[in-house]
Amino acid sequence: MGPVYDRVKELLVDKFGVPADEISPEATFDDLDLDSLDLVEFALAAEEDLGVRISDEEAEELETLGDAVSLLEAKGAKVSA
Amino acid sequence: MTGRAAVLAGLGVYAPPKVVTNDDLAADLDTSDEWITTRTGIRERRVADADLATTDLATEAGARALKSAGVDQVDAVLLGTTTPDRICPASAPEVATRLGLTHAAACDVSAACTSFVYGLANGTGLIAAGIAERVLVIGAETIFRFMDPQDRTTSVLFGDGAGAAVLRAGRPDEPGALGPFDLGSDGSLADMLAVDAGGSRLWGPDIPREAHFLRMDGREVYRHAVQRMVASSQQVLDRLGWGIEDVDRLVGHQANARILEAVGQRLGVPAERCHINVGRYGNTSAASIPLALGDAELAAGQRVLLTAFGAGFTWGSTALVWPHIDVI
Repeated sequence: MGPVYDRVKELLVDKFGVPADEISPEATFDDLDLDSLDLVEFALAAEEDLGVRISDEEAEELETLGDAVSLLEAKGAKVSA
Repeated sequence: MTGRAAVLAGLGVYAPPKVVTNDDLAADLDTSDEWITTRTGIRERRVADADLATTDLATEAGARALKSAGVDQVDAVLLGTTTPDRICPASAPEVATRLGLTHAAACDVSAACTSFVYGLANGTGLIAAGIAERVLVIGAETIFRFMDPQDRTTSVLFGDGAGAAVLRAGRPDEPGALGPFDLGSDGSLADMLAVDAGGSRLWGPDIPREAHFLRMDGREVYRHAVQRMVASSQQVLDRLGWGIEDVDRLVGHQANARILEAVGQRLGVPAERCHINVGRYGNTSAASIPLALGDAELAAGQRVLLTAFGAGFTWGSTALVWPHIDVI
């Protein structure tokens, strides 16, 4: 996967304390022990970091990290250096 | 800064004695101590007995604040509350009379969980304009009874309590001087957190039962609470010329430990400087900031940043150097 995935992975490790070796595109938020508030936090962090807004309805639909990355990419997420 | 400032001269807190734990709530609701604690940091809350109303809690906290300040008269009483005793009249005059404040102006300040910070700002304005020399600002709520007992998403979050501050006229450069203030609102999101019944929009005998309870879109509130409290706090810091390292204590509105942690992280305030007491009281709305100031064990000279967010939406922040006072 591309730079958005790498940035999302960094976010999850740094801000949510998810062990790096548990992160994969197929991993669900459930697998990573992230609850509904973590998803809101994740959407907020993605907005601040990648410049795209995930609505609460969209956040609720997300199951895997791959889903989240695809949505962010489709919305034009930009990873700044 | 020149001219008159409002200076914190006393602080009193009161929480009703009855403790309701997460396990108590889990006995009647599909929830658990573990679920509530991990998502909110709340372990227990205080609940006022049914025969007590907001003025009862406000009067007790007000009496303690007057004692803390060593005064027996003030020129104005501002009661911040979301849960006044009734729609009309305001609750503040009754509190003033019960406190023996025979010459005081008195009115309520209604900005939900931001009410206490709005009250401090209004009290500061009365003093700065020379309208009052001393103001009693109270935040008090009996909000637990406005929770739908069937709604596990709200009933675990809120609790009852009260806190009050005496402000006096003073100088901007002395410890305890309040300000600057950053205040804001966004009424386009009024529907996100509301009690619908009893006002002029929805009244009369045919109101559905659930309209009397508080309802909340937790995700939207969470998102906006974090963003607004961070931006508002930063405004106050910028205007004071304080860096984040100058903040000895961040005392935020105690709605949810995870909101406070998110605010602290974004501002760059180390966790040990963020005071969190939501575990003991839950979200006491307008009472939360004074209750948190009451047990933050603040020492004279510490620089304290206050920030709050609530229904409306409303938000507000201010700062002060902690004065020599005894919290009662």
